[in-house]
Amino acid sequence: MTLTLGHFLSLGAMLFALSVIGIFLNRKNLIVLMMAIELMLLAVNTNFVAFSYYLGDLNGQIFVFFILTVAAAETAIGLAILVLLFRNKSNINVDELDSLKG
Amino acid sequence: MDVKTGLFYVFSTVLLLSAFRVITARNPVHAVLFLVLAFFQASMIWMLLKAEFLALSLVLVYVGAVMVLFLFVVMMLDINLDGVRVGFWKHFPLAAIVGVFIILEMSAVLMGGFRVSEEPHLAATLGKSGAEISNTRELGKLLYTEYLFPLEVAAALLLVGMIAAIALTLRHRKDSKAITGSLQVRVKPKDRMTVVKMDATKPASAEPSTDEPSVEKKV
Repeated sequence: MTLTLGHFLSLGAMLFALSVIGIFLNRKNLIVLMMAIELMLLAVNTNFVAFSYYLGDLNGQIFVFFILTVAAAETAIGLAILVLLFRNKSNINVDELDSLKG
Repeated sequence: MDVKTGLFYVFSTVLLLSAFRVITARNPVHAVLFLVLAFFQASMIWMLLKAEFLALSLVLVYVGAVMVLFLFVVMMLDINLDGVRVGFWKHFPLAAIVGVFIILEMSAVLMGGFRVSEEPHLAATLGKSGAEISNTRELGKLLYTEYLFPLEVAAALLLVGMIAAIALTLRHRKDSKAITGSLQVRVKPKDRMTVVKMDATKPASAEPSTDEPSVEKKV
């Protein structure tokens, strides 16, 4: 029994589903929401790497490289906004972020 | 079932378990540490897929930089642990329904559609010299020729991200007594002191307090 593309795609699908469940469960906690987004990106990247391996095309790995870059920038800015939010409101409860009255 | 398949199952089991713990952990610090474990397992799985460069950069960049940043922020913020767990179980049925729905949809697609290839093309196209070809070298060749412009855009994006993160969190303290060295060096004498010309003698009816020539000092 050898590894097929389906194995890796199923792993990515399960990881993605877990992180979506995590986003629904941890609605209050902004930090865990960001962690769930990181897990989602990891699942997508695993799919990219698996396709790149099984199709013999290195362009998929280039995509993963750029996704990692964008995710790193996104995390840095997101955490900076989180720190700013905590400094101004003293908590990071999502329900209390209603200053814009949206 | 060869060694690689066994390793895949071990790594993916630990990956899924740690991902589960990330989303259910009570303490955010534990969640970050489980996320680190998940990234390590994912990196091992990428290593099984012969993507060494990306696996190593996942460990270096993600675990080494991004996760440490997460850990810093989680430890710096004083989070009320009870408050953030309110409504956890209330949302659980909806979350379970959405999760099962996603798994069903994806398994329907995966079972039906993908019969791409049972064995990897990469090893086949690389041929006999597959052991000598480095993934990093091939990736670098592609990155610096065909994807040169996107690489520069990515570099600019990282720079913008860095500037934005610093600009967002930088604050000047109002109560700080720090001095600016360059301003002190560049100051002129006439900015500091003004000599006010006054009459040497005054009429006797004047106030005694305004008698002496005063030296006014500016800040």
